[in-house]
Amino acid sequence: MSLLEIKNLHVQVGGNEILKGVNLRLDAGEVHSIMGPNGSGKSTLAQVLARRESYDVTEGEVLFDGKDLLAMKPEDAACEGLFLAFQYPVEIPGVSNAYFLRSAMNAVRKYRGQDEMDAMDFLPKLREKMKLLDMDEKFLNRSVNEAFSGGEKKRNEILQMAVLEPRLAILDETDSGLDIDALKIVANGVNAMRSPDRAFLVVTHYQRLLNYIVPDRVHVLVDGRIVRSGGPELALQLEESGYATVGTAAGAA
Amino acid sequence: MASAIQSLESYAEGFARLEKEAVGRELPWLRDLRERGFARFSETGFPTLRDEDWRFTNLAPITQTPFRLVRNGHAAPSWNESGFTFAHASAAFIPGAACRLVFVDGRFVPNLSSLDALPPGVTVASVAAELAKNSASIQAHLGRYLDIQRDPFCALSTAFIEDGAFVHVQKNAMAEAPIHLLFISASHDFPAVTHPRNLIVVEESAHATIVEEYVSSGGKALCNTATELVAGDNAVVSHYMIEREDAEAFNVSTLRIQQGRSANVASHSVLIGGALVRNNVHPVLSGEGGECLINGLFVGGDRQHLDNYMLVEHASPHCGSRQFYNGILSGHAHGVFHGRIIVHKDAQKTDAKQTNRNLLLSDTAQIDTKPQLEIYADDVKCTHGATIGQIEEDALFYLRSRGIDEASARRLLLMAFANECVDRMKEGPARAHVETLIREYVAGVTGSVSREAPEAAVGEAK
Repeated sequence: MSLLEIKNLHVQVGGNEILKGVNLRLDAGEVHSIMGPNGSGKSTLAQVLARRESYDVTEGEVLFDGKDLLAMKPEDAACEGLFLAFQYPVEIPGVSNAYFLRSAMNAVRKYRGQDEMDAMDFLPKLREKMKLLDMDEKFLNRSVNEAFSGGEKKRNEILQMAVLEPRLAILDETDSGLDIDALKIVANGVNAMRSPDRAFLVVTHYQRLLNYIVPDRVHVLVDGRIVRSGGPELALQLEESGYATVGTAAGAA
Repeated sequence: MASAIQSLESYAEGFARLEKEAVGRELPWLRDLRERGFARFSETGFPTLRDEDWRFTNLAPITQTPFRLVRNGHAAPSWNESGFTFAHASAAFIPGAACRLVFVDGRFVPNLSSLDALPPGVTVASVAAELAKNSASIQAHLGRYLDIQRDPFCALSTAFIEDGAFVHVQKNAMAEAPIHLLFISASHDFPAVTHPRNLIVVEESAHATIVEEYVSSGGKALCNTATELVAGDNAVVSHYMIEREDAEAFNVSTLRIQQGRSANVASHSVLIGGALVRNNVHPVLSGEGGECLINGLFVGGDRQHLDNYMLVEHASPHCGSRQFYNGILSGHAHGVFHGRIIVHKDAQKTDAKQTNRNLLLSDTAQIDTKPQLEIYADDVKCTHGATIGQIEEDALFYLRSRGIDEASARRLLLMAFANECVDRMKEGPARAHVETLIREYVAGVTGSVSREAPEAAVGEAK
């Protein structure tokens, strides 16, 4: 059984159909990349999978580890092991990063029937993850994402991923706007988490990220449909020739 | 109107009775003060919506109720009969407080109070007791700052001066641990009015933390309270006003602050109860280099009406004032923030700032926010801003996508908003007390936002 199985997914936003029948299978241990031009529906797909409720699913089915993902609330999907690294992480003034991270982790632990962790046990674990992402201690006491630089916000997303240890991580343009050093740090964070029982869906506009996070499969999303799928070499080909050339050639996942 | 006139008559009856029986009736200056207060109130009556200072607050629930003055005289307080117990009062005690004065229906109740751990240089007593023992200390300040011309409730307060808290902190004395003044309106089988009147004098270079807290044990009651707070030169004072009256109770309070040279005063107001509440804070920065922080949080639901009227007067050069008020309103609650700043002609180099932020949790909740700047000096800095918004759906989704359930996510965002005010309070027992109250209260706020709610609308009031 695949970890994620998307079957004929149709999604509307405000009456406009954005996804027009997406099919995708992703197995544990794999890294897949979804590439596509602006407006192709990449972010919509990521948000729908994370259960953003402002999108209307009009047709299709999504199974996450065999369970009906589309019936889950966002918090339930997260507790089941799905994680979305946001393209635009949200600032939450007045909530410290440390408190937020511990609340999130304890929510997930509670759902799984594990004991909640107190600050004393949690902090050492958190510091270890922060070291991996080259994050300063002072991040902990700052409000979530407030006045963070673009790179800091993206690193904070990866830190949350490292703390929550999801089974499926969706990275929505985590590379956009990052300088090369920040990109390497983020990619290292992701690569350190690759494992046989975890999968990644890397949504990106640019091929550059895939030099650092090498995918098993690349899918090209154009106008709400996956028009081509292939190995890592497909990303390079797109970089050379652009999305126009993939045209409407039919391709299945 | 007939009922409004009738209710004025009940105040006249109360005043006539008070004049015959009141503590300190033999003191000419006090008699005179009360008479001037009542004369002024009789002249104006209660304010109406036509008064600029009251245009967002309909006082009909107060003016059309024939309140009767509760006077226990020297007899056993009625709270014993009303089923009010020590347990009710003790639930509100602050751990770590220096002392506690408890007033039931405006009268000091010694056996609920605790005056054992007073720091040196600090005198704490009931106004009634101090009037009997050492009236000169009261006479020196009482009624000298509160403006009975401008506000009929202040006139009424002055007419009915009889008891309340008297706090005196000597020059250089340190009273950092909170002095807790707890005012309880007991329930009666008639609408009851009380007028606690407090006087707080903090002398030169002294420090003090004062907590005024208002609670009630049910029933229709009006607590019309006024406090004159004198902060001497270089004094540092933190004042907390915690209003958490019962759902049927009315609370009108005025904090009049008189600041000396380089005095530093923080006023923290937390309004979480009451049917109709008016919170007046009126600091006058009368000495050079004074600093004033006016910080507040009001949280209302159902049909609560919470009105905050700030009047900050800069009367001397080089003074700074900062106002921050946050409101959270749900149900049909109505909030008001009126932020008036007057910079007098000689108050050059004034630095005044005002911010009012509001969260509306329902389509039927309402906020009126009004800045009013009157500047008569030419070298000043005054800024103001107001925002009105909802809980941000983006923030809610972000938290939920990390596994935090919707109700907890909402509470977390509400607490974060409320904590902006808590964070401006100095660490210590008073802040801890406030934090606990807010946390308990916010946990019960069920304000839900429909999924179709528009994204936070943020506006700047000009």
